[in-house]
Amino acid sequence: MYVGKKVTRVDAYDKVIGRTRYTDDLCDKSAYIVKILRSAIAHGKVVSMDTSEAEKIPGVVRVFTCFDVKEKHYFPTAGHPWSTDPSHQDVADRLVLTEEVRFYGDDIAAVVAEDEVSAAQALRAIQVEYEEYPFVLDVQEAMKEGAPQIHKDYPHNILKHTTIRKGNYEEAIKEPGLRKVEGWYETPTVQHCHIENFICYAEMEGDRITVVSSTQIPHIVRRVVGQALGVEWGRIRVIKPYIGGGFGNKQDVLYEPLCAWLCMQLGGHLVKIDIPREDTFASTRVRHAIRSHIISWVRPDGTYAARKLEAYSDQGAYASHGHSIVAKGAGAFPQLYPCENVEVDAYTVFTNKSVAGAMRGYGIPQAMWAVECHTEDVAAALGMDPVAFRRQNLMPVGYTDPFSKNELYYDTFNQCLDQAMEAIDYKRKFREYQNQTGEIRRGIGLAMFWYNTAVWPISLETSSCRMVLNQDGSLQVQLGETEIGQGADTAYTQMTADVLGVPLEYVHVVSCQDTDVTPFGTGAYASRQTYTAGFAIRQTALLLKERILKYAQELTRMPPYNLDIVDGKIVRITDGRILMTLGELAAEALYSLNHSQHLSAESTSQIKSNAYSFGCTIAEVEVDIPMCKVKLLDIVNAHDAGKLINPALAEAQVHGGMSMGIGFGLSERLLFDEKSGRALNPNLLDYKLSTFMDHPRLKAVFVENPEPTSAFGTKALGEPPACSVAPAIRNAVCQATGVAVNEAPVNPHTLFRRFTEEGLL
Amino acid sequence: MRKQYKLVSCTINGKQVEKMVDVRASLTDMLRDDYRLTSVKKGCEVGECGACNVLINGECFNSCIYLAVWAQGKEILTLEGLSGPNGELSDIQQAFIDEAAVQCGFCSPGFIMSAAEILEAGREFSDDEIRKLMSGHLCRCTGYENIFRAVKKTMLRRLGKEKEAEEV
Repeated sequence: MYVGKKVTRVDAYDKVIGRTRYTDDLCDKSAYIVKILRSAIAHGKVVSMDTSEAEKIPGVVRVFTCFDVKEKHYFPTAGHPWSTDPSHQDVADRLVLTEEVRFYGDDIAAVVAEDEVSAAQALRAIQVEYEEYPFVLDVQEAMKEGAPQIHKDYPHNILKHTTIRKGNYEEAIKEPGLRKVEGWYETPTVQHCHIENFICYAEMEGDRITVVSSTQIPHIVRRVVGQALGVEWGRIRVIKPYIGGGFGNKQDVLYEPLCAWLCMQLGGHLVKIDIPREDTFASTRVRHAIRSHIISWVRPDGTYAARKLEAYSDQGAYASHGHSIVAKGAGAFPQLYPCENVEVDAYTVFTNKSVAGAMRGYGIPQAMWAVECHTEDVAAALGMDPVAFRRQNLMPVGYTDPFSKNELYYDTFNQCLDQAMEAIDYKRKFREYQNQTGEIRRGIGLAMFWYNTAVWPISLETSSCRMVLNQDGSLQVQLGETEIGQGADTAYTQMTADVLGVPLEYVHVVSCQDTDVTPFGTGAYASRQTYTAGFAIRQTALLLKERILKYAQELTRMPPYNLDIVDGKIVRITDGRILMTLGELAAEALYSLNHSQHLSAESTSQIKSNAYSFGCTIAEVEVDIPMCKVKLLDIVNAHDAGKLINPALAEAQVHGGMSMGIGFGLSERLLFDEKSGRALNPNLLDYKLSTFMDHPRLKAVFVENPEPTSAFGTKALGEPPACSVAPAIRNAVCQATGVAVNEAPVNPHTLFRRFTEEGLL
Repeated sequence: MRKQYKLVSCTINGKQVEKMVDVRASLTDMLRDDYRLTSVKKGCEVGECGACNVLINGECFNSCIYLAVWAQGKEILTLEGLSGPNGELSDIQQAFIDEAAVQCGFCSPGFIMSAAEILEAGREFSDDEIRKLMSGHLCRCTGYENIFRAVKKTMLRRLGKEKEAEEV
């Protein structure tokens, strides 16, 4: 059996010898190069554009402006499954090039040239005349009466407002003896920073367009490109090679529509759009900055009487994934620490800033920042131990969400807490770090998280798989669910080998998705793939096995129920005798003069279940108060992701998520100029991504409670590691200094202000 | 403006080569476009991310901010040149596989080249020194943890410290 083992990644060898081909490595050098002209204002209208000087530059093929987009096919960009119900469809508010400018960096023209340098020169030679409008950068300012209106159909710039009402908050707060604890908690705009920038290229063959793209969601890209061009979706073919990271940014349709549109304008010539790092920051997608206001009414015994959350999510200029992000976070609020009386109001609001979309954790890192900072504050207000207070209030075993039917089957939270506390020697450190004085102080803090696997029942969950047997008994496996670095192909290989009963090396997972040949699947997001693809793999492998054993009956005269496939051999289970190898059977099946058969299987699993994934982080810090600096000394994440398919890759996933959480908590923030709306630090030097030197050793521990609804006992792990890190660090700083910092990142700028306010400086 | 070209002769992965190169081209462009050495990755093109690192006369450089014409007469080693003629892996490449230090793989070539340079020093670095020496590279997948393990283990093994390597 391979599931549960530390199997080596199937793509590791090619990656360490430099043979793996990514999008740019595959593009023919005859491609025209595209450079996109970005608006130099945050809000307004392009009145005119003079491209005459740009067009004179040798090497420039054509310059396309927003005025060349005659047929206006507005399209949505979120990497969500399409809904045939119009009320569930994503907002279609983008054009390939736009006259209406809604943020600094909007796409207003595109230069097509034979080489990079001519394209860059031409960009600088274009003269643009704008009509400027007032702009708004703050999410709550944007909701005020008289604020600049960014999209005409959305009064007060509110894309969506949803509520959750449980019990009776107003009555419940009248209970005598309650303590009110209130706070505002804020997370910053951050960016995914996949090392491969977004890139795609397009070319026509006949009347069809092929787009090769660095995407997480090839089948969704196909649909959206079709919508954006106003052509039949079947005329679009999308190919996804290996990609250099995505983290949710590539769960959006980015510049594939523009690339395909330019290709069509140029008679189908090969065109490539390679987005520079600076534009990846400012003009692809970012994580929603969310400002949360929480009020808790607590009894002296540490139980909640009533709770209220207001969350304001900064959408930026276009709808993209929109309200789904803050809605997911808001949904976690009444569940992580259940309470009888809850009010939640979640708002998603347009501002004239970079567009926010999906990013690892999808609203949960922001929600956990608010909830877990607040939980610490409540425990402190009551004089309760932060661990004991959490244990008392956490979602109890047996809790079931009435909407998703998700259930907490095990005492997972306590098990995760116990494991993490032991791994980091929490109790001793917590005791030692109480009541420190002096300039350098240490602290230890924790935070929990809740994360929902996959998207059912909010949206479609489906996965299709194809398996084709080769002459030697090996097989190709194809899925629409994509490898984006997380190790999906390796997990699929392990699953297939186990269900079919063949050695690992017999299984060839086709890594590249091509919408012309790959079965339909929606792609890499929502930490869904190991869970959802697992169903399709098990079902398809069982189907293939049935066909193989039926054919084996013809060759061996034995009934299928007396046969099995073990280690790539057809075995008679009544006596364990090996009757033939799978290779012998496969060759006979293909070349038989009596009964030739191509042995394959293909099936779809629609999944109408999903699963909670849980865990926690404990972080230990040293704070230099005069320097306003935090050094992370030790950190551990504990996860219950069900049964691990591959413990080595699971651990690696957790490390990466922790690293992203460390950046979110301590250093990362995309800043915008108040005067112009321009992104101020859109590069890897000024945007402080964690480096090798900013981390201690990263520890990951697991509680493997098998998930009963899952095909392989597994559930979400891709995003969960990023969810609880930042508040754990904040809570550690709080223990060290007594200062509660409610605004992430906890960087020197924030600490200087807070330490000054609290009289430490 | 007309393009200007210059003949650049150098050794790439042990082979003497020469080609006319656009004088404005970076070494990244020359290696990727003229020699199709696509392990040299573009992540920022301004020397921030380290994905394009190659060894020039044994020293690691960001090839994106190194002009192609400066390669004249130099010995250049890319990841393609690190493994043997029959695909045999070097110890550091094997360690990246064994330690699960590879995820999306886009930053891996640069990391491995920097690691190769550090390991060539033949001395034992402290953990902090290893972190500092590797800090010119950015990775968003791994949190650097398994890359650290791979580099440190390989360093210790080269120094004959097999037991210490097991404990990393």
